[in-house]
Amino acid sequence: MLEGPEIHRALTRIAHEVLERTKGAEDVTLLGIPSRGAPLARRLAERIERVESRTVPCGALDITMYRDDLHLAPARALGRTEIPPEGIDGRVVVLVDDVLFSGRTVRAALDALNDLGRPRSVQLAVLVDRGHRELPIRADYVGKNLPTSLRESVTVLLEESDGVDAVLIGPKRERGEDRTDEARTASGEEN
Amino acid sequence: MRHLLSAGDLSRDEAVLVLDTARELAQVGDRSVKKLPTLRGRTVVNLFYEDSTRTRTSFELAAKRLSADVINFSAKGSSVSKGESLKDTALTLQAMGADGVVIRHAASGAAHRLANWVDGSVLNAGDGTHEHPTQALLDAFTMRERMGRLEGLRVAVVGDVRHSRVARSNVLLLNTLGAQVTLVAPPTLVPVTAGSWPCEVSYDLDAVLPKTDVVMMLRVQAERMKDAYFPTAREYSRRYGLDKERFALLGDQAIVMHPGPMVRGMEISAEVADSPRATVTEQVTNGVSVRMAVLYLLLGGSEPAIGN
Repeated sequence: MLEGPEIHRALTRIAHEVLERTKGAEDVTLLGIPSRGAPLARRLAERIERVESRTVPCGALDITMYRDDLHLAPARALGRTEIPPEGIDGRVVVLVDDVLFSGRTVRAALDALNDLGRPRSVQLAVLVDRGHRELPIRADYVGKNLPTSLRESVTVLLEESDGVDAVLIGPKRERGEDRTDEARTASGEEN
Repeated sequence: MRHLLSAGDLSRDEAVLVLDTARELAQVGDRSVKKLPTLRGRTVVNLFYEDSTRTRTSFELAAKRLSADVINFSAKGSSVSKGESLKDTALTLQAMGADGVVIRHAASGAAHRLANWVDGSVLNAGDGTHEHPTQALLDAFTMRERMGRLEGLRVAVVGDVRHSRVARSNVLLLNTLGAQVTLVAPPTLVPVTAGSWPCEVSYDLDAVLPKTDVVMMLRVQAERMKDAYFPTAREYSRRYGLDKERFALLGDQAIVMHPGPMVRGMEISAEVADSPRATVTEQVTNGVSVRMAVLYLLLGGSEPAIGN
């Protein structure tokens, strides 16, 4: 559905929107949700740095331990959490994820942030919004709105982890299938 | 099946999963809110038939950091002192709905027996002279953090191997993870079955130390000894204690580990115990992370991710 150049353009646009909305991104901390959100956050940080020539703290926030569906599947391996040394107190935290679906991942991320500190505000940037929200959550920055059916799955591939940038739509996979090597593709689809 | 009874039950992948998970969970100890909601609503029972400070508090803290409800049950001052059997105690806990039971018992095999009686997960926190798998996991974790690897690491386990559940669990786990273990002890303190363990055996500490990356000192467990295994404590200490002179035989990067409690002046001298290359307190810190990882992997999902 989306290919390399479109993903690049979408991220560049989001970077500019973040700058605009936060008036120069001075207090912004980018936190990507592993696995695909973390490289996306780094790419956004690079783009913001290029425009403003100032470094933007960027990290990763794993939300596995905060999921509401933990008891529905075998315990999962954890992703990396890296909070920048500045911490998140008083910062404008922009959460970054690949796909926004039910909103449950974002809810878990908000819970996780709550235990880490008190950001001044929290915003959400996603590469793809595929609809079908189950919680009152919306994204502040969206790469592309992709109307999908619940019978479909959305998979984001990134150069960092998959060797290629692409967004694919395919038939829905059953929960638990292929969770060993592509745990996040599956959960990106669930969330 | 959903228990952690023996370090030997873990496959390489499972063991690495525990260590990787522990590494992530270690960060929780540095946060302002040292708590995760993961095991909210689950109940963990600490069933301790033997005295223990370190292991019981470590399991308790690990379970609490994951928001589980923790019940501490020690043999002293409980129905056990009134003559209740392990099985009846287990069935009582079962009836109360324990999701996980952490058991420490003086009899080897107690954890295996318990696993047949309860529905929840059983975590062996030391059974007699048999096994202590979470100690082996935290030791492996500490070695990996300090040395950066486990594959090919040369580990010497020194002292009262015969009465040590820590030694057996470490041999099994370190072998799974690709390290080479040498047991060093007086002949009387080498278990009779050690010949079939996946490790070397030596009686000469001075010869082993220069070829060692990690030396793990064990306490002489006098409370388990019914016979005289060595002439005097002084002689034992002279031949198998790690003092400053022996410490100098180690390579510059080598580390000294001890599962605690230490007896300074017996198996380890005070100078060595306080050296920056001794990892005793790190092991305690890492123990909480590793036990969090094990509790999460056994109790966190619909079914356990490790164990048999």
